[in-house]
Formats: sequence, C-alpha cells, structure tokens
Amino acid sequence: MNEPILSVRDLVVKFSLRGQVLTAIRKASLDLYEGETLAIVGESGSGKSVFTKSWIGMLDANGWIDSGSIMFEGKNLATYTTEPEWLTIRGKKLAMVFQDPMTALNPLRTVGMQIQEALELHQDLHGEQARAKTVEILSEVGIDEPEMRYSQYPHEFSGGMRQRVVIAIAVACNPRILICDEPTTALDVTIQAQILELIRGLQRKMGATLVYITHDLGVVANVADRVAVMYAGEIIEYGTVEEIFYDARHPYTWALLSSLPQLGIKGEPLYSIRGTPPNLFADIQGDAFAPRNPNALKIDFVKGPPFFQVSQTHFAKTWLLDPRAPRVEPPATIKAMRDKYERYAL
Amino acid sequence: MINNGKETLLEVNDLRVEFKGKGRKPFVAVKDVSFRIYKGETFGLVGETGSGKTTIGRAIVRINPTAAGDILFKKRKINGIIPKELDQEVTRRIQMIFQDPMASLNERSKVDYIVSEGLYNIEGFKDEEERQAKVSKALLEVGLLPEFASRFPHEFSGGQRQRIGVARALIMEPEFIIADEPISSLDVSIRAQVLNLLSELQRTKGLTYMFISHDLSVVRFIANRIAVIHQGRIVELAETEELFDCPFHPYTRALLSAIPVPDPRIEKKKRVLVYDPGCHDYSRDKPKWTEITKGHFVLANEAEIRQYEAMAG
Repeated sequence: MNEPILSVRDLVVKFSLRGQVLTAIRKASLDLYEGETLAIVGESGSGKSVFTKSWIGMLDANGWIDSGSIMFEGKNLATYTTEPEWLTIRGKKLAMVFQDPMTALNPLRTVGMQIQEALELHQDLHGEQARAKTVEILSEVGIDEPEMRYSQYPHEFSGGMRQRVVIAIAVACNPRILICDEPTTALDVTIQAQILELIRGLQRKMGATLVYITHDLGVVANVADRVAVMYAGEIIEYGTVEEIFYDARHPYTWALLSSLPQLGIKGEPLYSIRGTPPNLFADIQGDAFAPRNPNALKIDFVKGPPFFQVSQTHFAKTWLLDPRAPRVEPPATIKAMRDKYERYAL
Repeated sequence: MINNGKETLLEVNDLRVEFKGKGRKPFVAVKDVSFRIYKGETFGLVGETGSGKTTIGRAIVRINPTAAGDILFKKRKINGIIPKELDQEVTRRIQMIFQDPMASLNERSKVDYIVSEGLYNIEGFKDEEERQAKVSKALLEVGLLPEFASRFPHEFSGGQRQRIGVARALIMEPEFIIADEPISSLDVSIRAQVLNLLSELQRTKGLTYMFISHDLSVVRFIANRIAVIHQGRIVELAETEELFDCPFHPYTRALLSAIPVPDPRIEKKKRVLVYDPGCHDYSRDKPKWTEITKGHFVLANEAEIRQYEAMAG
C-alpha cells in the first residue's frame, strides 16, 4: 500500500453544550492512503461527520480538538486555531461535498459566481480566465450548456444538478483529499447512481483521495476500497471493503449488517440492535457497545479492548478476538455473507 | 383481474388527481392509475420524488380530491361526495403513518392527546376512563410504556416517535394502513425495529398495508406485490419476486439496476441502466395497461407487448 497522505492519531474532540462537556470523538486513529476511497460508516451521532470536519477546521464554534494529532504534508492540523491557517488547507487541499445540495448553495448568487469564488480565492485566477475555467468545470461535472447555466441561480437547477454544482465547487481547486459527507442521501436512487459515477470519474482523473461518509452500506459496497466503522466516537473496526462485508469481526459491525432489510429473510424478523447509543456527556467505562451487545463479556464492562489484528489490513476493537475469549458465533446473516463469499472465490 | 380467491379490500380504477395552478392548465399528478389491494397483504408503491406516489395515498384517505376515477373500499365508493357516516367509517378504517416523526407530531401536545386525537374527531369513546384505557393499550402495542402518555414528543428518540405515529393510527382500530416512507428518516439500526413492529402488528391484527417508498430494496423485504410508478402512471405491477426476476418495463429495469446492494462483489461489477422515456414510440400505438403473465401487469403498446411476451417465454 502507498504512504499515508493523512494520519490521525488519538484524536479527541469535545463540545461544550449547556454548560456540560460532550466528548464526540474518543481517541480515534486513522490512516488515509493516497488515491484510495475510504468509507466511514456509523449511525447518526457516531461522530463520523465531526471526525472529518475536524480535519478542515469546520467544527462548530462550541467544539474543539482536545488532544491528538492530524498529520498532513508534515504539519499537525490539530494545532491550527485561526482562519488564515485553515484557509491554507481548507478548500485548496482538503475539500468537502455536503449532504444537502438544497442548503449548501447560496440562493442569492449565480451558480457560476459560487464556483468562480473558489478559483479566485485559491487558484489566483481572475476575470475572463476564471470565468472560462468555471465553464470548463461545469461541463466536466456533466452540466449541459455550461455557458447558459453559469449565470443561473440554484433554484433553476434540479436536486441532482445542484449536487453536481456542489461537487464542482469542491473539485475546482484539484484538492488532494475530497470528503463527501452523505453526498447522495437527499437524492433519488437513479440520480444517486449518476452522482456516484461522476465522483468516481473525477477521482480517477484528478488522482484524489476520497473519503465517503455514509450510513448506506449499499453505497459503501459500491464506492469503497476500505471501510472504517465508527461507534460512539471511536473507530471500532476497519479493513478492506471485502473484509468488512464478508468477514466482519466486531459485534457492532455484525449488528449493523444484520439489520439491513436487503440481507434479511422475508417473513422473518430482522435483527435489531437493542438499547440506545451511550450518553457522550458521561465517561464511558469499558467497551462503549457492551450494554447493547448480547455477547458482551465481563471484561467489556471494565476495560475497553485494544485493536486486534485480523489480517495485514483488517483490525477490530473487540475482546472477542483475544485468544482467551470464548468462541462466539456471528449471526446467521454474517455467516450467509461469508458462505456467499466463499462461493464467489470458487 | 384474477382474484385467486383473495378478498379485495381496496380497488382503485382509472384514478386521476390534478392540482390547479393560477390560470394555467392543471398539473396532472396521477393519471389512469388502477390497482387492487387484497386483504392481509402488503402492497408496495415505489417511485421517485414527484412521481405521485404520496398523492395516491392522500387521495385514498380523502386529503386530495380526485379529478376522475373511483376508489372503492370494501366495494363502496369513497372518493368524491359521500355520506357523512361513510366518511367517518373511512377515517376510522383507513389510517396513515407519515414519513418524518420529527415533523408529524405536534410539539406542543402531550403524547396522550396526540395518540387520542383521532378518537376525539369521531367521538370514539364513552368516557375519559375508556379513552385512557385505549391510549395505554395502543402505546403497549407499539412497545412503549403507558406512562409515556404524559410526556412531550421532544423527549423521545426518532424510533420512539415513529412508534407514537403508529400508535396514533392503531387506536382507531384500522383495517388498512397507508405507510408513507415510514422508515426513510430513521437511522439504520432503528429501521429494523420499526419494520419488525409493522410485520408483527400485521400478523396479530390482520392488517393490510400500502407501503409507499422510494427504496425498492426495503419494499422487496416487506411487500407481497409491488407497483412501480413513474410520472403519475403505474408502469408495472407484479408479485415482488416476479418483479425482481423478470422486470419488463425499461423504467423498472433502470430503477432495479440503480439500487445499491450491500455486497461489494456484486456492486463493483454492476452496470447501471439509464431510462430514456424517448425509447417508447407512443405516437400512433398508444400504451395500455396489460397483463403479460398471470398477475404481472405492465404499461405497454402492441409492439412492446409482443416483445415482453417473448421475454416471458
């Protein structure tokens, strides 16, 4: 595998809310490799958006990086505090595509101006040059009649077309890392397929590294080379897309996959995760998933597990992988996926 | 349509729904839509944003007026002008569950009132004691505690709120429930709970569902039959597995190819089909609603019917 382009170590992100402190990210570590597509999956509130927002200094005003490091091009982004510092990175080297194209664009400015703004700010292009480049980018993201579309407002675009504009703004400066936060959740499936195809094509062309944040495991299967699963502000398992789908090891990943209607057996109840995610205002003793885990061991409630290595690329944070742990069978859905994989291999 | 000895609960014939704008000619949201829903089944209605799927649901519960066609519930016409008793009967027997439990519950009311609001409208209880008993029973049925009645919606999580939405429908003792994207706005882990709850209630109470969704993969899991709707018209209707095994209409095929499957080996190899409405030549040969194989209907003209029949073998 290539060298890491971005390296996060033991990142802790906190927010101050109504006089209380919430720990949103609890010692998350991650390496991002040049040219890959990494998907980060998890439920709402698992911290997947906050985690990536902390890389580009877009945490809400009441949030801060408490400890840990984010290494990118030899600099530690975790020490950045001021806007001018962040502007050397954000948009230029790390860009983000947001979920809802209805709210990500400014309704009062033309689409062309919104893309051009990024070019003027980061690429030092002005006037006719910037305009020509903007039209070129519009056509690159699959917008017909870019000259005419340049001077239109967002309300004149459909949802899918608006998302293309948002992508155009993000890729305008050839970022090294493109973070897509649920880029297709607000779109119809047929449009979603087109947008995923567009992002894939652009990535190939620019050679960018892609980070996908999503809760849709179908999309993950489509786009990702590697997958990281987040729960309660921690990364609990990561590996190649095939390792996660066909050979998951963490009980939470099992639960997530088993609860999918697509993998369920008709007429039988779906597996559902009991309980609710932990309260992040409180200190978490042991494994955060233990109270909801039907196979939790005694030690899970006392001491959080370290990462255990499954393969060169696959790691999971669960005591079940400790040699002393009892053998726990994964749910039927996971076994079925594993069997299916073995059949593929033949 | 062949009945297979199943009892028809709801019948929709040539339904048309229009929305009138200012001075312009009306926008036709639903046209020439016909289908039957049998007692005890789950009927899936699948389409994209703006296809008219919600409008059909709303026309059935009499929220949107119909421009043409009939809606028959237990063989009685329920659209247009109907007697007051029948209107109350419809309100009671047909209930709706909405998409967003954050938006569909009144923030200022207690759960107690939210759940029994329908009962107040139809004077569905003798005294306060009976009303409270009904609220407790409905809450228990959806897996909530009767004590929750005194709380406000903001005190609940998304999944719990959707349960309140289901309780509100159940208290009316309906026979037919229209669920409009009931799990779309919920988290992955919560979706399974709500789907399980709906199946459980169907089994114990013999309910019939119309499940409206944009997500074919979810509908596949719970529906017995699926209708695919595109721009206000149903283009194909078949039993669930039949539709997935042998889709005829090019729009259905495009939609099926676009759903992401949580299996990387399949997903990385797949080719997405794009639907071009220009592929039909309907200039002279008009399309008709035709049964190609038993129970499998498609909107097609003569030339297409021959082609689909060849595909069916």
